[in-house]
Amino acid sequence: MAQVVCREHHELIARRDAGETGASRNCAFMSTRPFLRSFVSPAVLCAVALLAALAAVLQYSLRAFVPGALEPGGFTLENFTALAKPLYARVFLDTVWICFVTAFVALVVGYPLAYALVRARSAALKAAILVIAVTPLFLGEVVRTYSWIVVLGNNGFVNAMLLKLGLIAQPIQLMFTRLGVVTALVHVTLPVMVIMLAAALAHVDRDCERAAASLGAGPLRTFLTVTLPLSMPGIVAGVTTAFAWTFSAFATPQLIGGGQVNMVSNLVYQLGFASFNFPFAASLSVAGLALTFAVLALLRAVARPLEKIGPH
Amino acid sequence: MPRLSSQRALRLFGALVVTAILGFLLLPAIVVALAAFNGRAILSFPPDTWSWRWFAKALAYEDFRAGLRNGLIVTGWTSAIALAVGAGFAFVLDRYEFRFKGILETILLSPLVIAHFTVGLGFLILAAQLGVTRGYAVVVVTHVVLVLPFVLRSVYVSLRNLDRRLELAAASLGAPPARVLATITLPLLLPGLVSGWLFAAILSFNEFTASLFVTVQRTQTLPVAMYNYVREYADPSMAAISVIYIVATAALLTFATLFLGLGKVLNVEQAR
Repeated sequence: MAQVVCREHHELIARRDAGETGASRNCAFMSTRPFLRSFVSPAVLCAVALLAALAAVLQYSLRAFVPGALEPGGFTLENFTALAKPLYARVFLDTVWICFVTAFVALVVGYPLAYALVRARSAALKAAILVIAVTPLFLGEVVRTYSWIVVLGNNGFVNAMLLKLGLIAQPIQLMFTRLGVVTALVHVTLPVMVIMLAAALAHVDRDCERAAASLGAGPLRTFLTVTLPLSMPGIVAGVTTAFAWTFSAFATPQLIGGGQVNMVSNLVYQLGFASFNFPFAASLSVAGLALTFAVLALLRAVARPLEKIGPH
Repeated sequence: MPRLSSQRALRLFGALVVTAILGFLLLPAIVVALAAFNGRAILSFPPDTWSWRWFAKALAYEDFRAGLRNGLIVTGWTSAIALAVGAGFAFVLDRYEFRFKGILETILLSPLVIAHFTVGLGFLILAAQLGVTRGYAVVVVTHVVLVLPFVLRSVYVSLRNLDRRLELAAASLGAPPARVLATITLPLLLPGLVSGWLFAAILSFNEFTASLFVTVQRTQTLPVAMYNYVREYADPSMAAISVIYIVATAALLTFATLFLGLGKVLNVEQAR
């Protein structure tokens, strides 16, 4: 409606000022696309830089490693056949398992928080939840990981409290265990999960919930049959992003895993900077990227029928 | 009446669960603050003595000072470039149809799902192949690519919420496109632009994994310096600097929530 009015107004002015440059410029604003080239070009440059970097990884992954030389040798597929060795296959399996567990726990823990964030009645409470939930996202991996070392270490907070309460006689080992790594990783991925879930929950039509309630459904039933299915797109987006971000984590498995829990990222760094075997590090990265995309595609395929549960 | 009391029980249970989750999120920050004010070099909870000395030590540590300096240089360039590139691209994404639009958008958003170590390794190899010395430029390019999706998203959301009629009114009154952009579009977009810039700045300043690959001793940023410190020393200086980090970040985000409408930028406000 507004656009129609504007157009009519526009045509009126155009007719009145026909021939004047101002009017033809106005028409130009409507019909051509000002700034298109100057706004797209820098973005294209960034895209080219990223593609060039990824192509460099791909190219290196197909080159032979020459021990003692930084320059790689001729083209070969050896790096990829070496990935099938049990040592490396195991790290891949461990990584995928850790990523799935982390994404699942983050979903279960993140959902109530996202719900509270969207539905809280007081604005102050809303702001407080938002800041507390989002701050860890912006702290960076090193600070968060260090904080968890202080919490989980043998002299750390958890053990000190349990010892003081007399619940344990010896410190329990939390560092260098999967439990410790996953706990810290859940903390790392929770903010992005909460943001994605909250964005979906914010767009759930509350009239649907009211309709269910007016037909006699209790709060729990309303939630399970209306709210939860309608928020499915957020669940899918949250789980896929959480998976990809956990896969990307480096400092957390490196410092809390301490060599006992290894993820693909740790292997890539070790091969690059301890053995200078950049071709093999590159092939691990390529395999990791392929794996991430495969899992994301799989999750989306599984989720498609789930999303249809909601009344679309 | 039984209905009402069960509803109240459900609400109470919900409040308890949310409090517990918020506690989990806050626990590391609280514990690290306790550690930072601990008077002794060995951790103990609760601390027997209290002191500020770890803050003094952390602020005097040369690697942290150099890291802060390098970090600010990289962050300054990264956030400015990412804002200009991201805002411009968000504008054309919102307004125009053009060839390869979808592909370009997919590529620029892909760093959200590509592992940072892969991006870091890629730029490290690329710099070596092009014969570029690993200075600030390599670090800045890497960071721009990594933070661009966040700028793009926050500016795009603001553009969607912008009332186009104001632009059309200005244009119909004879303002050329550049003037409409400068006097109408940009001022209306200001909250989105500021939060986009803030996202870029905070994320670049804290980026670690890719930085570990592309920095050298001379360009080492603060997170890399902190990582090296954690690996070598165990004293609470690191806890002190973590506390400074947490307080500064929480303050910036509180500011963003109260004055820039962070909830709206993140798209988490209840739609009516």
